[in-house]
This record gives sequence, structure tokens and C-alpha cells, in this order.
Amino acid sequence: MIALPALVLLPVLGGGVAWVAGRIRPVPTPASRDAAWWVALVTLGMETLLLALITFGHQPHAGPWLAHFSMPWIPAMGIAIRLDMDGLSLSLIWLSLVLCFPCVFLSTRQVTVNAGAFHFLFLATLAGIIGTFLATDLFLFFFFWELMLVPMFVLIAAWGHEDRQRAAMTFFMFTQGSGLIMLVSILGLVMAHYRATGVLTFDYVTLSRTPLSPALSMLIMVGFFVAFAVKLPVVPVHVWLPAAHTQAPTAASVLLAGILLKTGGYGMIRFDVMLFPDAASRFAPVAMGMGVVGILYGAWMSCAQDDVKRLIAYSSVSHMGFVLTGIFCGSRMGMQGAIMQMLAHGLSTAALFVIAGAIQDRLHTRDMRRIGGLWAAMPRLSSAGVFFAVAALGMPGLGNFTGEFLVLLATWHVSPALATVAAAGLVPAAMYALRMVNRIFLAAPRVGQSPGPDFPPRQMAVLACVMALVAVLGLYPQPFMAFSLPLPVAAMTGGKDGAP
Amino acid sequence: MATFLLPLLVLCPLAASLIIFISAGRMGARGAGTVACAGIGVAAVLSIIVSVILLSGPTGGGLQVTLWPWVHVAGFSADIAFMLDRISMIMILVVTIVGLLIHVYAAGYMRDDPGIARFFGCMTLFVAAMLVLVLSSDLLCLFIGWEGVGLCSYLLIGFWYDNPANTAAARKAFYVTRVGDVALLCGLLLLATATGSPRIGAVLAAVTNGQVSASGISMAAFFILMGALAKSAQVPFQAWLPDAMAGPTPTSALIHAATMVTAGVYLIARLHDLFVMAAPVMALTAVLGTLTLLMGACAALVQSDLKRILAWSTISQVGYMFLALGCGVWQAALFHLMTHAFFKALLFLAAGAVIMRARHEQDIFRLGGLRHAMPGLTVAFVIGASALAGLPLVTAGFYSKEMILSGVWHVRFGLTRDWTVTGHPLWAMALLGAFLTALYIFRCVFIVFFGKAGTVAAGRTSRLMTIPLGCLCVLSLCGGVIEMPDTLPSLHLFSALLDPATPLSHADEPVWLVLAGAVVPLAGLALAWMLWGRPSSVMRGARTAGGPDGRHDVLSRWQDIPDRAGAAAGGLVRAASARVFAVRAGFLDMLARWSGRIGRWGARMLERLHNGRMRWYAAWIAGGLCMALAVAVLS
Repeated sequence: MIALPALVLLPVLGGGVAWVAGRIRPVPTPASRDAAWWVALVTLGMETLLLALITFGHQPHAGPWLAHFSMPWIPAMGIAIRLDMDGLSLSLIWLSLVLCFPCVFLSTRQVTVNAGAFHFLFLATLAGIIGTFLATDLFLFFFFWELMLVPMFVLIAAWGHEDRQRAAMTFFMFTQGSGLIMLVSILGLVMAHYRATGVLTFDYVTLSRTPLSPALSMLIMVGFFVAFAVKLPVVPVHVWLPAAHTQAPTAASVLLAGILLKTGGYGMIRFDVMLFPDAASRFAPVAMGMGVVGILYGAWMSCAQDDVKRLIAYSSVSHMGFVLTGIFCGSRMGMQGAIMQMLAHGLSTAALFVIAGAIQDRLHTRDMRRIGGLWAAMPRLSSAGVFFAVAALGMPGLGNFTGEFLVLLATWHVSPALATVAAAGLVPAAMYALRMVNRIFLAAPRVGQSPGPDFPPRQMAVLACVMALVAVLGLYPQPFMAFSLPLPVAAMTGGKDGAP
Repeated sequence: MATFLLPLLVLCPLAASLIIFISAGRMGARGAGTVACAGIGVAAVLSIIVSVILLSGPTGGGLQVTLWPWVHVAGFSADIAFMLDRISMIMILVVTIVGLLIHVYAAGYMRDDPGIARFFGCMTLFVAAMLVLVLSSDLLCLFIGWEGVGLCSYLLIGFWYDNPANTAAARKAFYVTRVGDVALLCGLLLLATATGSPRIGAVLAAVTNGQVSASGISMAAFFILMGALAKSAQVPFQAWLPDAMAGPTPTSALIHAATMVTAGVYLIARLHDLFVMAAPVMALTAVLGTLTLLMGACAALVQSDLKRILAWSTISQVGYMFLALGCGVWQAALFHLMTHAFFKALLFLAAGAVIMRARHEQDIFRLGGLRHAMPGLTVAFVIGASALAGLPLVTAGFYSKEMILSGVWHVRFGLTRDWTVTGHPLWAMALLGAFLTALYIFRCVFIVFFGKAGTVAAGRTSRLMTIPLGCLCVLSLCGGVIEMPDTLPSLHLFSALLDPATPLSHADEPVWLVLAGAVVPLAGLALAWMLWGRPSSVMRGARTAGGPDGRHDVLSRWQDIPDRAGAAAGGLVRAASARVFAVRAGFLDMLARWSGRIGRWGARMLERLHNGRMRWYAAWIAGGLCMALAVAVLS
């Protein structure tokens, strides 16, 4: 019962403690920095434990959901704190937590300026993301959606690299502006429901049964779609992404690429395709076309980059094109492919950002023209880099291929021509990935470059776990696919009566 | 028991690879070599055991192992599953045994290289991927091995990454094969959509039952053909293989003999029932194979780099296999694949030893007269060259080439219902190719091993390297006698082994057909002797490469075309990217400028409203009130 709110609140509390721990002494010392880091680590450990309890323990009164919580918040307007967990949100929350560990182990300890506040913001972002994955009250969802932006904005603006202000501002403008469009859509949906039934509510399950005219449902659906498209990102509105990913500190880049983008995909599944199935199927050709354009454009732009973080960022645009295409295929197979792609992309891209951040920490540049062959000096870091680059190019047997294959297969059912064009995106994928490998890792060392120390074995062990997960997702995806499916809307209504 | 051995067969090289990678160079050169050879050696023993089990079982049956489900969703299910039948049996024997010999050789050849752990890690992974490819009973599982082979070839071609030319060659190989992979993926998607399962047996059954439309079959066959052509470096995807010589020599031997380029041949032989239903695609395969074999032979004739000659000869020989596949005699293609694996591995390993002892000199015109300095290697190379040329009766290459030629002679392509084309022109061209083959390889032999001494040879070839060479010599000479034309003592062990139900037999074969196949290589050898072999031959002094030789200039320019097209495309794409960036930046700037301007303009307008004059305020209030009242009353 209480598990779900605890899941959301724990990171915030832990972050608060971390902030205090970092501030105990007036002059920050390495010890106090480490205190904040330890608090963050313990918080993540407890959070993982809690999630494991929810996953493997039995939840009473959950109905069709895996876990359920509700209590009134603003009863006059029908707003409640309603948190529900199904397979999709569970797998995405697991992804978030799994990614936080490499982040904390490999990167946040290097933060020297105001480490307590950094860890607080980091954990607050995590709380916002987890809340977004759980909320089934539209108002609460919007609340969490905005909540995860603000700490991320501060993280980029305060701890980012050379052009951080501009990047943070672009990020904020795009996501905030599109969030407002979503708010209007939410209000429109609520008002339409009120007009039709006389009940004022923000409850997801109730609103899903709102009778809507085709035009109105299309309008509201597109309103939601814009917000999620900015987050995913879909090509015309992806402008914020390369700048934000490049300028953010490593930990924030990992959160952005690994999890924050997935809230867009999650939203599209839960609040577009499942809430407005008719409008979504009418909108599907446009969305799939945008997805395929994103695949090709992202891969192309990625080939043309010299900045390693920017290259990875554009490759995300390309991978998220597969997610968009898969979600709007209209078949279960496509949606499963999109979910697999989200999970695998989360792991592989986050690891690539960790590695890029480590390179920047050691060589103080992200420019691939100035980074030379690192294999001789840092074989561990380089082998991890080669592995994840190969995963990113869609090597069969690794996670990304599973998602891409299922999406392509589902697309082929709809339109073979479109699937062929999308599959052609795999060729530039090989180009950007191997160009990166041959410029950074397997290349002649630069003269005058002084590479730092390699990853110590402990950090390498963390990365090895991520590698193993990517390989498992590629070779044996069936169990993940079986449990990561979203709960169908039709099944939700049955459980509402059982809930208090 | 066999169901347990089959996964173990793949697991052995994979485990060796993982051990070598995880030990991260702490093992030392000797340790890495030992682990790698042990992994492949166990796999070779296992493959012999499972072959015996298969052959002692009922004819026509195969071993099936389903390991675990890959993806099961509505309307589609794929498993990680292995299958051993007679085609894959031949393949695993070739891959593991030739692979083992190459690994033993490499343990000696790469002894002093600092990156030997990475080298053996990639080599064993290469073999493991190839075993996955040939053993899968599921097209998706096959695709895992297919791409794995490509990845390992990329890592090995660019093994000496200090030279940008090597990594560029590695990337080129990966890009070109990746284009084919995408085509293969499309074919796979098509078949999976039409039949609901990528299991090879189910797909072939659905195709032969007429469950798939004729156009669907043709499209699928075409896509798969494109994938196979790219992997096997056939026209129009031939450009990557000669550059792939940048890798260490054992890698080249592995790519050319046992793994990688043979994958395309295997795939088409495996899906033979599908290709039979698509007659135009079969004809296209045969024509492209013929083109490739002629082009490869012509290109090999004018190369001056020893390894490049061998590379072009591989392209040409794989062209023979595609010709055979296109003519429907896939047994002959597999037979030639096997003998080619023997003699091409022999040629590469011998060439590697020669180059190593000649202080890394690869230009055949700077080598010369080496038969005195290294008699053993000379014998090995000449045996390999004879097998490649197909000298009659004593070499393996003769029998396999003969089988292809007689198959091509008998074929009739039914392009449409009442339009059939005979295969005789293709036969003539293949015969011309055989002549050219003998010509170019003995040109190489005479220049390198006979005549005036060139570079000074140093050192000795270590025992680790000579033993594999000896084994391959025996295989290149005697590996072919298991299948003989009817004119000779009619012996059909190989085709009976592959397909006991329908033995290939050409009882009506004229005797002169075999004679032509036997005489033509001898003619090539004779011409090569006249041109380059005799002490006072005309061509002896003329450097063909780089000289003012018109023929060569045309050819080299022609070979350049893919490179130039690639460079031009790259330039265009770069220019387009720059343009897109400029447009994007300009658009964003414009957006920013206009939003700023509109904001400022709005602010100025609002500023005008509250200008501090009470009269204006009163007027605004009154006006607004009137408006509101009017709206309230009128609505």
C-alpha cells in the first residue's frame, strides 16, 4: 500500500539528507563531499531494495495492477494522489535504478563544487521520473512531469560545460512550452468528460471512457503528442537535445539519455495510444513517417559530428525514431519492440555517456579530432567503449537489435516500403559507431596527449554488469518482453472496484 | 548426447574468446595461443564426433536442438536453435579443421606481437560466430552469426590500428557488408511476415507449399542474394576484399578460406529450395558469378602485391561457387568451397611465411628466386597454386572445378515459361576463367620463386608454422578424390554424402568436356612459363604494376571506380551535412530573432497603453465596460 509513495519520496528524502551532509562543515572538504556521495549511494540501495520488495512481494488490493495506491488530494476538483504500477512502469523504474548505479559509481564522485546540492538535484530528478512512471491521475502526472524538469535544468545550468546557460535555457523552453500544451490538453479532456457525464475527475481510468468526437479526440491526442514528442525527441522538435546532452555534466547526460527520453516513450504508450486508440491509429501514418525520418536524420547528423557527446546524442535521436515507429505500428509486436528498444537504448547509451564523461575528465576535451587512440593507454575503458558502440550500431545478439528487429517486423506488416527505408538507417548507424571507435579507441595515439588512469577494476565490474544486461536483452529477451507490457485499459477498470 | 554436443561445439571457441578477453593480456603470448588452439581443437574433435553420430544415424535425418526461445509474440516466434544436417556438417568440419590449422600457424606467426591477446580473442570469436552461422536452424539465429562474422572481420582487418589505412580498410569492409546485411534483413522480414516463423525448415516448407506468392519469393530471393553477394565480395560488392589484406595474414587466411566469404555460398546452398522457385534470381546469380570470376582473374593478373593476387583469386573462385549455385548444382558449390578452403588457406599461410622471412616485402617484383632460400615453402606454395589452377588428376581443385563446369554445361535456365537459355556461354566463360587462373597464379609462382634473386631471406620458419602447412598440402592434393567425373573412375562420395536421395550423375557427359577442363589449366601454365618462367622471357623485366602499361592503367582506373564513387559520395554527404547544419542554425537564429522582435514590439505596444494620462485610462475603462455590456446583452 504505502510502497509506491515511499518509492517516490525516498529519493527526495535521501537527497535532502545528502544536501545537509554536504553542508555540515562551512568549508567543503573531501570528507563532506564523500558524505553526500555515500548518502546518495545508500539511498539508491534502499530504493532498489524497496523496488525488489514490490517486484517479488505480493501486493494486496492491487487489483489488476502490480501495486496500487490512492488517496484524495484536492477532492473539490477530483484530483487524487493515485499511483499504479504495471509491467511497463516496473521495467522502466528498474532501468532508472540500474542506470543510477554506474552514474553514481563512475561519475558523481568527481563533482567537486557543492556536491551535496548536486546529489540532491540528481535524486530529485530521479524522484520526478519515478513519479511520472507511476502516476495515473492526470494532474499528478503533469505535476511530476514538471517536477523532473526543474532539477535537471539546474543541473545543466550550474554544473554543465562551456555553453551550459544557453543549453539549459533551450532545454527548459522546449520542454516547458510543450508541457503547457499538454496541460491544455489535460484540461480539455477533463472538461469534455465533465460536459458529458457531469463528473469532474482527473482519474486516468475514468477519463479513458470519455466519449469524444473524432475531431476533438484528435486535437487532444496531438496536444499530448507534442509534449511527448519533444521529450522523446521526434525530429522537428529535437533541437534542444544535442545541446543539452553535450553540455550537461556526465551524470545528468546519463539521466537525460537513459531515462528522461523514456518518459516521452512511456507517455506516448500510456497517454496517446492507449487513451485515444482511434485517433492514434488515424495519426499513425504521420507518426511513423516522422519516426523513420528521425532514424535517418539522426544517424546522418551523428555521422557528421566531431564532438563525441554530440555524436552519441544524435544517435539517440536515431534510436528514438525506432521507438516512435514501433509505438504507432498499431500492433502488440511493435509496442514490445519499442519497449525493448527503450530498455536497451537506455543501457547502451547511458554507458556510452559514462565513458565519454570519463574521457572528458581525463583529457579535458570532447573533440574527437584531438583525442587519439586510447586502447594502448586505457584498454578497459576502450574495450567497454567498443562494446557499447557495437551495441549502438545494432549488432544482433545485443539488446538494441532485438528492439529494432521487432519494430521493423511490425512496420513490415504495415508497409514494407517504410520498413525498408527504416532498415536502411542501420547503414549510417554502422558509420557513426565505427567512426567513433576508429577515432577514439582503436586509433593511433596522438602526440602530446597525456591520458589519465584507466578504469579501476571496481568501476569496470559495474560496467561489466551493464554489458551482461545488454547481452541478455539481446540473446534472451523473452522474459523481459513478457513482463514489460503495459496493462490494457480494458483490464484496469476491473481493478478499480477492488481498490479502496 | 549429440544434442548436448552441438551447443558445446559453439561454446568451446566462445569460451576461449571470453577467457582471452577477460584475462586482458595477462596471459602472455604463449598462454593466449594455447587457449585459442585448445578451444578450436576441442571444437574440431567435437565436430568430428557429431559428424560420425550424424552419419551413423538414418539417412536424411538431422540433429535438432532448441536451446531457448528468442522472441515469441503474436504472429511471430523465433528460437535460438541449432540443427546439424549434411550441409552444415561439411561446413563445421571445414571451419573447425581449417580454423584449427590456421590458429596453430598463427600461434607461431603472431608470437611477438604485443596485441596477441586481442588477436586470438577476435579469431576465436570469429570461428564461434561462423559456427553459429552454419549451425542455426533459425534465420534469426543465423543472422546473429552473420553479423558477428562481420564484426570480427572488422576488428581483425583493423588489427594494426596505428595505421589509418588499416582502420579505413576495416571500416570499408564493414560498411559494404552492412549494406548487404540490411538487404538480407529485409529478405528475412519478408519471409518472416509471410510465414510467421524464421525457422529455415518452416520457411522452405511454406515456400514449396505455395504459401508465399511468386513475387514474394522472387523478392526474398533477391534480397538474400544481395546479402550473400556482399558477404562473399561478389560483383558489385567486390571492393572490400582486396583492401581487407591490411589485417595479419592468418586473419586473411581465415576470412578467405574458412569463414566470412564462404558464408554467402552456404546461405544460398542452405536456402536452395527457395532459389529454385525464383528462376530469374538464379540466372542473375549465375551471371554475376561468371562476371565476378572473370573480373577477379583479370584483376589478379595485373597485381604486384602477393596478398592482393590471392585476394582477387578468392573473389574469382567464389565466383565459381556462385555460378554453380546459380546453375542449381549446389553440391558442386559446396565441394569447391571445401577444396578452396584447403588450398586457399595453404596459399595464404605459405605467402605469409614467405613475406615474414623476406622482411615484410609483399611486392612480387622485389621478391624473386626464393626457391633456393626456402625450398619447403616453395613446394607448399606450388602445391597450393596447382590446386588453385586445377592441374588435372593430382590436385583437389581439378575435381571440384570439373564438377562445376560439367554442371554448368548441362544447365538450362527457364527464365519464363517458354523461354529457356542454355548454359553453354557461361561454360565457355568459366573455362576462360580457368585458363586465366592458371596464368595469373603461375605468373606469381615464376616471379616469386624462380629467376633472379631479389630480397635476402632471413630466419627460419618455426615448427608451429610448418606443421599446418604440411597438413594443408596433403589436403590440397588429396582432398578432391572423393568425387570424380563419370569419365574417370566414377566416384561420387561427396554428393552421395550431401544428398543421398538424388545423386548427381551425368552419364551422357562427353569425354571432351573433361578433357577441355584438364587441358585449359595446362595451357595457362604453359603460357605463364613462356611469359614469365623462361630465363629470357619478354615479360620478365617488365614491371607490370605502375609501369607505362596501357592495359594495366585501364584496369587500375576501372578498379578505382568504387573507391572514387565512395569518395565522391562521401564528399557530397559532407557538403550536404554542412548545408543542413547551416540551414538549421539559420532557421533557429531566425526563430530566435523573430520571437525577440515580436516580444519587443508587443512590449512597446503595451507600454503605449499605460502612458500615465488619466484621461486615456478613463477612456479605456469606459470602452471596456461598454464592450463587456455589449457582449453580455447581445449573446
